Amino acid sequence: MDISRFTSKRSVLSGSAILIIFFLLATFPLYSPGYTVVLLISIFMYIIITVSWTMFSGPTGYISLAPAAFFGVGVYTSALLGFVLPLPAVIGIGGLVSFCLALLVGALTLRLRGIYFVMFTFGLVELLLHFILWWEVNITGTTGRVVPTVDNTTVYYLMVIIFAILMLTAYFIKHSKFGLALQSIGEYEEAAAHTGVNVTALKTVTFAISAFFMGAAGATMATRWTYIDPRIAFNPLLSFMPVLMAIFGGMGQLYGPIIGAAIFTYLEEFLITRFPYYYMLIFGIIMVVAILYMPDGLVGLLQKLWKRISGTKYADT
Amino acid sequence: MIGKAQEAIIMVEILDIVIAGLLMGGIYALIAVGLSLQFGVAHVLNIAHGEFIMLGAFVTWWLYTQLGIDPLVSLAICGPIVFIIGFVLYRTLFTRLRTSSPSPAAFEGNSMLACFGLLFIIQNVAILIWGADIKGYSYLAVPVNLGGAVFAANRLLTLGFAIIIGVVFYLFLARTRLGKAIRAAAQDPAAAGLMGVNINQVLALCFGFGALMAGFGGTLISISYKIQPTMGLEYTVIALIVIVLGGLGSIPGSFLGGLLLGLVGSIVTYIEPGLSLVAYYVIFMLLLLVRPTGILGK
Repeated sequence: MDISRFTSKRSVLSGSAILIIFFLLATFPLYSPGYTVVLLISIFMYIIITVSWTMFSGPTGYISLAPAAFFGVGVYTSALLGFVLPLPAVIGIGGLVSFCLALLVGALTLRLRGIYFVMFTFGLVELLLHFILWWEVNITGTTGRVVPTVDNTTVYYLMVIIFAILMLTAYFIKHSKFGLALQSIGEYEEAAAHTGVNVTALKTVTFAISAFFMGAAGATMATRWTYIDPRIAFNPLLSFMPVLMAIFGGMGQLYGPIIGAAIFTYLEEFLITRFPYYYMLIFGIIMVVAILYMPDGLVGLLQKLWKRISGTKYADT
Repeated sequence: MIGKAQEAIIMVEILDIVIAGLLMGGIYALIAVGLSLQFGVAHVLNIAHGEFIMLGAFVTWWLYTQLGIDPLVSLAICGPIVFIIGFVLYRTLFTRLRTSSPSPAAFEGNSMLACFGLLFIIQNVAILIWGADIKGYSYLAVPVNLGGAVFAANRLLTLGFAIIIGVVFYLFLARTRLGKAIRAAAQDPAAAGLMGVNINQVLALCFGFGALMAGFGGTLISISYKIQPTMGLEYTVIALIVIVLGGLGSIPGSFLGGLLLGLVGSIVTYIEPGLSLVAYYVIFMLLLLVRPTGILGK
């Protein structure tokens, strides 16, 4: 059997599918109602945070609860520079500031293992939140800031662009030797170090790259909110959501977190205005069930089902 | 003469800060001992610890305002209720996770994430039952003078009970057969199992005892502070900081760490009121970086 022809045919197929999806996304605001665009913006926000979270935490197994910190840094960059610089520059700077913060945090903390790393990253979110809150109350004397608004279509296209760049980055990291090295860190860190992987540098840089996209998404999303304060920018829920969405979708494939994020954001939009507490309750139940019964997420579950139906020995990925 | 009067004022002020710190620290110590037991022995980093505290507090509030049951009697009601919830959760949810996880590290990660799920479930069930508002009641709110510093009687009562519960629990761990089994399970679960300790039972009991401490803590908190269904996470975070400060898994360390953190909070609040939480996090992060084993850790 000629496997190479089979795979190249597959890659052509999936390549053209991706092109069609992006064409649809690009022309979407031309023929759809405004509300759908707004919904898609929030879906993209969660997709970007979840995919960039998975980029680092998926292969390495280091559970980071810092997304809210990096996102919030992006939001605050937008609030501070929004009236001075053009939006693309603000987004770039928002990403870069998050990138630098992640480099610093990563260099300091990535020698912490397991639960210590989780606690540290969560502490970072709360530290930034409470420090900025104190700063605004006691030093500047005002809580919250105004962010220059941009129309929804522009925000939408910016999010699509960030998403496209993120997917390219995630794809190349996953399919390069860096991805392989990250995977080896997740499986056995000492062994990875002994086979010549520069463990600390690799972890820190990947952590920082994932933070870049969270910061960029934060800087873009800030323009949608017009008014922000530390509790909006550094909302701890933004740290928990990507973890749940990635686990629910499945971290084995690049599209797993996308599916998880899309489903949950839609569920949120649908439920949160009418039954906010039921939404959070369902959220919790799904989380427990997903951890207990779906170790490979929705994508893994579907693959297993497909395997059973088609009767093939290996699941088609 | 003026010097002496000033000295006396400073002394009272210091006393004020120290006692206020100890009063807060007593509660911190109690809830941290619970979390320390759950993490140190059962290896579940229970992010939902604060939700068990909230449950204890709300059941106490409900019993007091609806049925007029004295909060100190509620200690004997709330504690067991929360203990049973914790015990059953460990026997079902966490035991399943423990047997299906490929490694102890994977179990720690998975069980922590499952606790996030529990956090949202418990919190929102509580909101659906009791509503999202801030609740409170007045109990023993008479002032007591301690060498010039004045405090409400309920806070002193809280500290007294926190210390009694802590000491009793320590004696239980140190002197009884079950306590010995728990300590053995903390050191080496596999070896303890081989020596005839029913390990699933002991781990579930530990998780239950952790929840029991949270329930007691909740009752005591409801006596002196306002409560609301979303209060849990703040106490969880404080308990986390305390167990890192005291050394992960060390129960005396957690108790001392709690009192110490209460003191630090009280001192920082005296200097700059808005910064006490910031100070907690700074201490926490510095500790993780410099001495992750804490003050009494090995």
